[in-house]
This record gives sequence, C-alpha cells and structure tokens, in this order.
Amino acid sequence: GCEFLFPQASMMFAQCTRLCATSVLLIALLCCILSPPAQASKSSEDIRCKCICPPYRNISGHIYNKNVSQKDCNCLHVVEPMPVPGNDVEAYCLLCECKYEERSTTTIKVIIIIYLSVVGALLLYMAFLVLVDPLIRKPDAYTQPLHNEEENEDARSLATAPTPSGARANTVLERVEGAQQRWKRQVQEQRKTVFDRHKMLS
Amino acid sequence: MDQKGYRRGSFQSSTSDEDMLEIAGASLDFSMADDDPPLDREMGGFSSYNGGGMNGSSTMMDFLEEPLPGVGTYEDFNTIDWVREKSRDRDRHREITSRSKESTWALIHSVSDAFSGWLLMLLIGLLAGSLAGLIDISAHWMTDLKEGVCLAGFWFNHEHCCWKSNTTFTDRDKCPEWKSWSQLILGYGEGAFAYILNYFMYVSWALLFSLLAVLLVKGFAPYACGSGIPEIKTILSGFIIRGYLGKWTLIIKTITLVLAVSSGLSLGKEGPLVHVACCCGNILCHLFTKYRKNEAKRREVLSAAAAAGVSVAFGAPIGGVLFSLEEVSYYFPLKTLWRSFFAALVAAFTLRSINPFGNSRLVLFYVEFHMPWHLLELVPFILLGIFGGLWGAFFIRSNIAWCRRRKTTKLGKYPVLEVFVVTAITAVLAFPNEYTRMSTSELISELFNDCGILDSSKLCEYVNDFNSTKGDDLPDRAAGPGVYTAMWQLALALIMKVFITIFTFGMKVPSGLFIPSMAVGAIAGRLLGVAVEQLAFYHHDWAIFSGWCSQGADCITPGLYAMVGAAACLGGVTRMTVSLVVIMFELTGGLEYIVPLMAAAMTSKWVADAIGREGIYDAHIRLNGYPFLEAKEEFSHKTLAMDVMRPRRSDPPLTVITQDSMTVEDVETIINETTYSGYPVVVSRESQRLVGFVLRRDLIISIENARKKQDGIVSTSIIYFTDHSPPLPPSSPSMLKLRSILDLSPFTVTDQTPMEIVVDIFRKLGLRQCLVTHNGKLLGIITKKDVLKHIAQLANQDPDSILFN
Repeated sequence: GCEFLFPQASMMFAQCTRLCATSVLLIALLCCILSPPAQASKSSEDIRCKCICPPYRNISGHIYNKNVSQKDCNCLHVVEPMPVPGNDVEAYCLLCECKYEERSTTTIKVIIIIYLSVVGALLLYMAFLVLVDPLIRKPDAYTQPLHNEEENEDARSLATAPTPSGARANTVLERVEGAQQRWKRQVQEQRKTVFDRHKMLS
Repeated sequence: MDQKGYRRGSFQSSTSDEDMLEIAGASLDFSMADDDPPLDREMGGFSSYNGGGMNGSSTMMDFLEEPLPGVGTYEDFNTIDWVREKSRDRDRHREITSRSKESTWALIHSVSDAFSGWLLMLLIGLLAGSLAGLIDISAHWMTDLKEGVCLAGFWFNHEHCCWKSNTTFTDRDKCPEWKSWSQLILGYGEGAFAYILNYFMYVSWALLFSLLAVLLVKGFAPYACGSGIPEIKTILSGFIIRGYLGKWTLIIKTITLVLAVSSGLSLGKEGPLVHVACCCGNILCHLFTKYRKNEAKRREVLSAAAAAGVSVAFGAPIGGVLFSLEEVSYYFPLKTLWRSFFAALVAAFTLRSINPFGNSRLVLFYVEFHMPWHLLELVPFILLGIFGGLWGAFFIRSNIAWCRRRKTTKLGKYPVLEVFVVTAITAVLAFPNEYTRMSTSELISELFNDCGILDSSKLCEYVNDFNSTKGDDLPDRAAGPGVYTAMWQLALALIMKVFITIFTFGMKVPSGLFIPSMAVGAIAGRLLGVAVEQLAFYHHDWAIFSGWCSQGADCITPGLYAMVGAAACLGGVTRMTVSLVVIMFELTGGLEYIVPLMAAAMTSKWVADAIGREGIYDAHIRLNGYPFLEAKEEFSHKTLAMDVMRPRRSDPPLTVITQDSMTVEDVETIINETTYSGYPVVVSRESQRLVGFVLRRDLIISIENARKKQDGIVSTSIIYFTDHSPPLPPSSPSMLKLRSILDLSPFTVTDQTPMEIVVDIFRKLGLRQCLVTHNGKLLGIITKKDVLKHIAQLANQDPDSILFN
C-alpha cells in the first residue's frame, strides 16, 4: 500500500537529500584543496631540475637549478657553464645527480592561510567567550563555579532554557543560543572529567 | 520531553541522539482490545527496524508501535551490547532485502544501502588525506618559523624559500631570501649577540606555540589531548565516550597537533593522526543511516578509519591496515579488511596529490638505498633489538609512574604550567645541539641517509681518498673530524630525548609516541653503525671481517643500522609485531631488509616482554581504568562463575522485576534506589525462573513516555512483559505493556561454569552482562566490570582501579 510507503519514501528522500547535499559540499571543499596542485604544476615557478655535482679533481662541488621540463632534466642541459673541458664532460656528468622536482606554491599558500585564519578565529572566539560573554549573560544566567563537583541537573536545565516553557525554540537566534549553551555544558563536563577528576586521559 | 532520569551523569553530545529525542514520540495505542487477529510477519518486521528487534511477535498493537526515540541508545561511559546491535543490523538488512522486490524505489534503496559502505570509505580516505596534508604543510612551516622567516612570502618554509635560488654545495641552507630572526632584527647573522637573539626567539616561539596549544585544548575540547590510541582501543571494544570523536575534538586536535609538533617538544603526530582519522570516520558516519544508528557497524568504520590514519602518517597503506588489525581493533571481520585497505589507499593517494614534501613522497624519511648486508651483521642488529627492548620497558615504567603522579598529586592541577615548564626545558636544552634543534622527522631522515659523494652534512664528513673513488659507490672510509663531532652530539641528543620524552608523553597537548621512539632508536643505531664501520675499516684483517669486508669495499651501511634501531625501539615500546615490520619495509620500498628488521623486532619484543607484559597503550588503559577486556591474554585460573557473580553471599539478594505483578511505582522505586544498568525479569519471586533482561535506560524512557502520552497510566498501573495482559478486575487502572523493550534471549551460564569459559564468552560475543543460573533458576549476574575486577584481583592489581561502569 502507498500509505506506509509514502512516509518512508519521503523520509528516505529527505535523508538522501541531506546525504547528497553534504557529500556535494564535502567533495567541493576537497576539490578546492586538491585542484591547485593539478593546475599549478604548469606554472613555471613551480618546477625545477636540480643537479648536484660533487667535488671533482680541483673543482669544488656545485648545485645547479634550472626550470626545464622533465625530459630535459639531465646534466648536459642543466649544468652551465660546464666547468670541465669537453673530453671530461662525460666523466663529470656521471658523478652528477639530477632530479626533477615540482611543487605547488598555491597549495602551500592556501593551506597556510586557511590554517592561520582558523587559529585566529578560534582565538577570537575564545576571547569573546572569556571576556564579552559573561558581560552579556550576567542579567539572566545562573553561573556555576567550575570546580563544583555536584551535578545539579534541574538548576542547570532551568537556567539554560531562555525560552518560555512549552514553546519550541524556533527562531534561528534562539536555536543557536540553545546549541551554544549545550556545547558549553558539554565542554565543561569534559573539562571536569579530564582536568579535575582525572578520570580520563591522564 | 523531560529528560532528567537518564541524563544523570551523562551528556548526549552527539547530534544524532539529540535529534532523536526531539522527534515527537509515535502514537501508542495501548487499548485493552487485544483480540484483533495478528497480521502476518511481513508487516510486523517493520516495527522491529529500530527498536528492540529481538522478538518477532507481531500483533496489531506491536505493528503500530513505533520504537520510542531513545530506546536502544546508550548512556555515556557505558558498554554497548554487541549482540543486540548486530541483530538489529541483520533485521534491518533483512527488511531492506525483502522490500527490494516490491518497487523500483526500494530496489534502488537496497543497492544504495549496499554501496553506502564503500562511499563512506571513499569520503573518509579523502578527508583524512586532506587533513594529513594540511597538518604536514602547516607543521613544516611553523617548525621553521622558530628560526626565521622567508621574505619572498611568509608562507614558505626554509626549504621552499630557497627552492629557486642557487645554493652552494657546502651550505645548502643559506639563501638570500631566508632570514633568520637575528638577521631580520639586527641585520647580521654571525656573532655572539646574534646567537643569543636567535636562541631567545626560538625559545619564545616554542613557548608561544605550546601555550596556545594547551589553552585551545583546555578551552574548547579537553578530549583532544594525549595520543588518543588507548581511548580509541577502548571505544572500539564497545565503550561509549560521547564527544571523543566529535567535530570540536577534530578541529582542535588538528590545530593543536600542528602547534605542539612545531613547538619543538619531543612528540610525534602519528598517534594523534589516528585519532583525527577516527573523528573523520565518526563524523562522516552521521551521513548514512546504516552507520549512524548502529554502534557495531560504526565501529567497523572506525577500524577502517584508524587504518587510513596510520597510512597517511607513514605512507604505508598495508602497514596501516595491519596496525588497525593488530593494535587498535577488537573485532575485525574480514569484510572490514578489504574496506580498510580501500580507505587507506584513498587516503595515501589524496595525500600524495597534495604533495606536502615536494617529491611525491608521503613521509620525510623515506629510504632509497638498497645496499646489501651480511649475515654477520645480525649480531649488532640483535644488540640493537636488545637495546630497543630495554629502552621500551624503561620508558613504559617511568612514563606510567610519571602519569600516575600527575593523576594523583598536585602536579595534575597545573596543566598549563606543566606544559610551559616542559616546553621551556626542552627548548632551552635543544637549541645548542644542532641535532635536537632540527625537527625530529628531519633528524630521522638525516640518520637514515646513506652517505654518498653528494652529501656534505657533518655526519658524512669522512676522509676521502679521491684516487679510489669509483662513481657513487664509496668504500668504507675513516671518519673525519666532522663525524666525531656528530657522534658526541648525537650521544647527547640521545640522552636528552630518552629523558625528556618520559615527561612529554601524556601532557595535555596532542602527543604521539612513534617519532620520538624512532628517533631514539635511529640515533642508537647510527652510533653503533658508525662504530662497526670504523671497526671494519681499521681492522679489516680480523677474522670476522676478512671474509666479506676487504679494504676498499662498501660493506657497512650505518643508515641501515639506524633504521633497524628505529624499528627495535618502536617495537619495544608499542609491542607491535607484524605491523611494525610491514610499516618499516613499506618505508624502504624493498624486501631486502626484512630479515634484519624482523630479527630486531622479535628480539626487542622478547626482551621487553620479559621485563613487563604490557605495551604502552595497554599500560595507559590500565592506568586510566578503562573497562577494556584484553583479548590477547589467556585466563589461566581455575575459578568458577559462582565465585565472580553478584550478589555474593553477604549481599542483599538479586534485584529482579517480575513479569506481571509489579506496578509502575515499584519499578520506579527500584530504578531510583539502585544504580544497576539492567534488571533480570523473572516469572515470579518464588520461582525465579528467567524470562529475560531489561535495560535501565529503556525502562526509564518507556515509563516516562507512557506517563505522558498514554491514558490512564498511573503509579498503580501494572507493568507486564508477557504477550497478553494478566487477568485483573476491571476497576484497576490500565496496564503498561513493555514487552518490546525486553530482551528475551539473555545469555546464561550455570554457576559451575569455569571462569575461563565465561571470559571467553565475554570476549568472543562482546557481552555486557551474563546471567548465572543454578538448576534452571536465576542465581546471579556477572557483568563485564566484575570480570575485569576479578582478573585484576588475580593479577594482584587493585580491583578498584576499574573505574567506569
């Protein structure tokens, strides 16, 4: 019958949409991280051929860098000016080792900037929580001291429910605030377990 | 919904639970009219999708009875019921398969359900590889930030800064774009004042990084500290730690891992990378219903994610899978083996395409030489194995003693100060010695390096005799002054690393153990290798050398000794066997060195096992009191089940619930007065014949829901677990049927069962509790905690150290 397939189908569809949306988002994010290496390998400043030549007779060791393509990455193309006369070139080049290397400066730049911005955002959020938040919440919060071992569920649940009882937290702001309060309680509980009671991770 | 009862002591932080609790409960029609004919089994199966899917009885009432949200989930710090989870998954799979014949949509659903596992593995591999690339690149940059900055773009580390410019053969580090701090501030880089300024900047940056790390951990995600592997082992054995694998823990662990590694502390990033990968696995599980709702399936995914984590840490996919199999996982079905390998490969491939080290290698210390070795060299290799075992046992003992002191005394009250002091000591001692100033991965890479004519580092400063140079194949040569300097500097570095790692592992920042142990082993190995090389050079006419190591031949490779030493020390600390050898041979890319590696790994394991039985992760599990039932050890005592069961002779009798004669009030009293996580249900108190087992959490949720949603349920209503309601006078209040939350097939043993069989049952089936009967009547109960306490007691350890329920 359709009547019980339909709710199931709509539930599956909703889940599928959620799954698809999250997968698409994730794959888009990963493509952002992975595509710079694919594109930037063509950039001229990101490839090089590095030839290391050891000391030979009375010539000191030297390192040569040149940006040539991989097929041209050998001693004859890269080592210039050649320090030995023509008949010794082959013996000298046998000692040299040439390696083709590529890198992606875009990837490095993007990743470092992402990292620094995340660290900066976390520090700002921490500063906000430590300095600004208590000033905002002072009128209606019942703050518990951090070392309080007893768990007073009722008081905590009463204090952290800013919405009137019976009404669902429908507006976005109230939901965000509810989620933030839940998260804070959770972090406090974790802090107690790890740092105060040393129950875990000592 | 008021959630007082089961929130005591636990916080549901996973979004899935909260979503489930906010859904309005399904309508429950518990009218007295029970004479509608039962529907056939096909429809009845629908209701058992998500709840207590043990009983297949299907009346009209059961069919309309959707499982309550919250029933079948677990409280924090509790053990899951593997049997129940697996049977729920089988029911779900059966239902999907049976429905797939009905419509195209259902067929698509069943196909997508089968493929969801593979899609999940792909996503986990991608995410783990990307995060590992981010960690590698950021850690490289920040490590070099302590010494200087690149003027061509501040985001370049030292090596990339000097990439384009021409460096000299002897001074490969110097280039005009890279300025050390003294060069930047003072304008010149030589001299005493510049050195002091560099020293000061190094120590300041190190302190800044580590302070930032510990403040972020303390402020946002306290679960992000430590290595993570002991806790993941416990989670994979069936324990629930809410929030340990959540998104905040993931973000903070990634960020603070980079900070901790860059601050120069003696720790590595491999263990925390496993935690990061498991967090990715857990978070991505929420996308798929199959894995979100079933704890046993989720743990299969976490095993695969752990394999992906080790794979990106070492560039060793096979080693990662074996590490997950050997060290981390508890139950590892064969299906998981193939999927773990897939996840590990995808992760390694993703990391390779991000290319953090610029040469398409995944690890900094990849070994590229393939020099042969001689059988007589097995003697120094076995010596290295003995050293590895001794160091491993010493490290475990001292680290556990220090962690216990941190746990019990005032030292544990000042975590931030502790990190500050340890970083200060490490940085101050590390800067003068160039081998401790460089990052540990670079040190290992330099020690693994075989000296050729193209190398100009201090360690390769041998006395060259140009006349006998034939191409790149250098013979054994006498050590030059550079090598002697390097030797005593390395010896000092070894002593420092041996002692400082003891205080570093276990601090409140993410800390791994693999790289420091490998460094200790590599230094010891290289020292021994150079010693043997010089011995062979100066005494090539001795009997042991004359056969194979004539003058002018290249017979001893100190780099190989360093590698074998690293493997020996790592094996001594973690007691890894197969996975260690496979990781090391994937690092070398060849099978030539399997015999030395195996000899050293086996020797070190035997020596370390002779001194202390546990590896570092098991020792930390025992220190923290996690309820982890060790699967590798045999239970060898002759006790019986009745020696371990509760209640003991002096205790009050077993708390039971009768199947149809207790009221709601009686049950609530029992729940409030006792703290057991479940109660057996018997036919009556006199007969004590077993009906089933009911969990505390399910009882609380069902009773609260019934009080709110159902008509007529009051404190004097009778609760019944039978199929049909007991006969009662019509004036009594309506009755509450709770058969759906009753487990009708609890495991039982008789009281004369030997404990070794009981322990085996617990291990193999993953039970939480087991009922004990005598002559068919219920006598007592054995829980996993009782088993653990019993094992601890018999091993003369403190049974009260098992902390969790």
